[in-house]
Amino acid sequence: MNNALTLYTISVFSENHVGLLTQLSNIFTRRCINIESVTASACSVPNIHKITLTCRSTAEMMDKVIKQIEKRIDVIRAFCYVDSELVYQEVALYKISTAKMLAENHVERIIRHYGARILDITPEYTVIEKTGHNDETEALFAELKRYDIKQFVRSGRVAITRSPIEHVDEYLARRQIMNPEK
Amino acid sequence: MTEKITGAEALIRGLAAENTELVFGYPGGYIIPVFDKLYDFTDRLRPILTRHEQGAMHAAQGYARVTHRPGVVIVTSGPAATNLITGLSDAMMDSTPLVVITGQAPSSMLGTDAFQETDVMGITQPVTKWSFQIRHASQVSEALARAFHIASTGRPGPVVLDFTKDAQTGLTEAGYEPCRFIRSYISHPEVNQFDVKRLAEMINHAERPMILAGQGVTISEAETELKTLAEKADIPVASTLLGLSALPSGHPLFKGMLGMHGNFGPNINTNRADLIIAVGMRFDDRVTGPTDSYATQAKIAHIDIDESEFNKNIRVDLKIHGDARETLAALIPLVNKACHKEWNESFDIHNAREHDLIAREAAYGTDPDKAPTMGETARLVSEAAGEGAILVTDVGQNQMLSSRYFRFTAPRSIITSGGLGTMGFGLPAAIGAKMGAPHRGVYLFTGDGGLQMTIQELGTIMQYGTPVKIILLNNNFLGNVRQWQSLFFNNRFSLTEMVNPDFGKLCDAYGIESVSVATRAELPDAIRRLVDSPRPMLLNVNIDETDMVFPMTPPGAAVDFIMINQAETYRPES
Repeated sequence: MNNALTLYTISVFSENHVGLLTQLSNIFTRRCINIESVTASACSVPNIHKITLTCRSTAEMMDKVIKQIEKRIDVIRAFCYVDSELVYQEVALYKISTAKMLAENHVERIIRHYGARILDITPEYTVIEKTGHNDETEALFAELKRYDIKQFVRSGRVAITRSPIEHVDEYLARRQIMNPEK
Repeated sequence: MTEKITGAEALIRGLAAENTELVFGYPGGYIIPVFDKLYDFTDRLRPILTRHEQGAMHAAQGYARVTHRPGVVIVTSGPAATNLITGLSDAMMDSTPLVVITGQAPSSMLGTDAFQETDVMGITQPVTKWSFQIRHASQVSEALARAFHIASTGRPGPVVLDFTKDAQTGLTEAGYEPCRFIRSYISHPEVNQFDVKRLAEMINHAERPMILAGQGVTISEAETELKTLAEKADIPVASTLLGLSALPSGHPLFKGMLGMHGNFGPNINTNRADLIIAVGMRFDDRVTGPTDSYATQAKIAHIDIDESEFNKNIRVDLKIHGDARETLAALIPLVNKACHKEWNESFDIHNAREHDLIAREAAYGTDPDKAPTMGETARLVSEAAGEGAILVTDVGQNQMLSSRYFRFTAPRSIITSGGLGTMGFGLPAAIGAKMGAPHRGVYLFTGDGGLQMTIQELGTIMQYGTPVKIILLNNNFLGNVRQWQSLFFNNRFSLTEMVNPDFGKLCDAYGIESVSVATRAELPDAIRRLVDSPRPMLLNVNIDETDMVFPMTPPGAAVDFIMINQAETYRPES
């Protein structure tokens, strides 16, 4: 990993058309940029899809990438942020050995300390959930290693901007005025 | 009660509603219902059967470039769809509007590896402006209307509609409404008048301004505005390969072509100008060379309708996002009348030196017993062809030399594969260009390599009698690669020598007239025959394989480093 690169979060608002994710990933892979995480979901505006990607790159490259994304016909708007502009979270799930967990009495302390919680306990395994930033879920991973992590999974980033302005809503309102059919 | 029609009929009616004249195509299993319906509409939609789907694409491109209307292509699924990729990429790079319809397996069979099923959406998305799969007859009209709107507005480009068999045969309500609005797509960005004022100020303060005209001038039909602006502020104009003919070659302010094989004046002065105004061009690497040595002394203003072009290759000082014609029209009243006599003459001085050092030999040979050069063939054909002729080229030396020595008198007079550099583009593109502009002379310059890549389209010429004039610059070599091998690879001619068929006999087989020349003395009469013939004709010009394209800026060198032959570079006197 190149430390000169910054972690960027890209939010893409699009029409719900088949193949949009392929189009987006093509834009990154063609420019040799590795996508670190992706999440796709509905957003506050009905029938509009929000895709959140993260990647490490430079400001100059991100400027080009955003314009290439917005050039795709079905993309409504795309934005690029650094971490300080966002409130963001990831969810991590850890499946550990129940026997090993019960053999020590540190687990309660760890779970409290990390603000994690237990989702499921069986005689064989226990599933713990932690929501937070990447470094926090990583740190919990390191702590839980000794309880024999059988499975670990982490979601892509979900993010909300700190800006008071909702750019997509404004854009759609402006476009609606331009629509000759309405 | 509303009329019910099939999806196939909805498509054909939609094409008619969009005033489509020609449909280039090739039928096959999963598109037969569409061709069946086309059979009822041949009085309005003239179908052209090419000999290969790639041929249909390039023909549609040639048609679109001369008419400024989307070229329409209909083919079947699977191999037909994969045969489109070269044409789609080419049209994407060169901003050519195409509406392409591919047949597809029935929607219930998608993903089963059905016969002639291929992932058209997945394959075409990276090389199209938009692609969409029609899975139900009720989607046909809206999808087609969007396709025409997207292909022909903004920065034009190719659009694919992947049309499943069941959507072709299914029923839907008749009725077609052209698309005028897509909320996620801004086809016509509003020009920022503040930026236009800033550009006017930059122009009014510049001492050595220069306009780089790209194909965007032609696409937005801004030829008059370009000329008016250049004349009012006395700004020299250089053009990209695709921007040729936006200003007539003979206009005193037209200073030639930019780039690797461009003219001395524009390339030298790119690195001497204090203001560069780029209009509808994209700073291709064949124009700029290494970007760190490109026009570092100049302020650069960039006018383009495609926002993603700004700062993509060259960082600019001012960007104006919008239509070229609208922007130039707004700019004209704000610029002062000016005179840049000395600056303008500096282009002419460099170009005169180019004439002495290069053109004299490359385009004005004298020994009657020697083989003609490529450059003089282009010059002589252009002189004989007269006003308004259209130059179509293939790719390689034929392209560079014909575009250098052809004189353009009317707009939209060059059809060439610029961005993708597609060998095999020429012959089918010339067919489409002639069909789109039947009253203009269409002259194809091609090489023996490129011609054979799509030579099957001689069959299309035979079938429709399209009077295309083909000038084959035949050196039995892949000449441009040979040139690079000669200059940069120690004369190791790996895989560039070609054993060729008798092109005259091939023409005989297709019922196409042909004439072959081997010496300079024979050339003028042969060209006269070619120009005067009302029928399609091929002129085979046997040229020397050592004939090369100069000037040349070698790869990796700055734009003002210009080779005049294998050993020497141009040294400006001032």
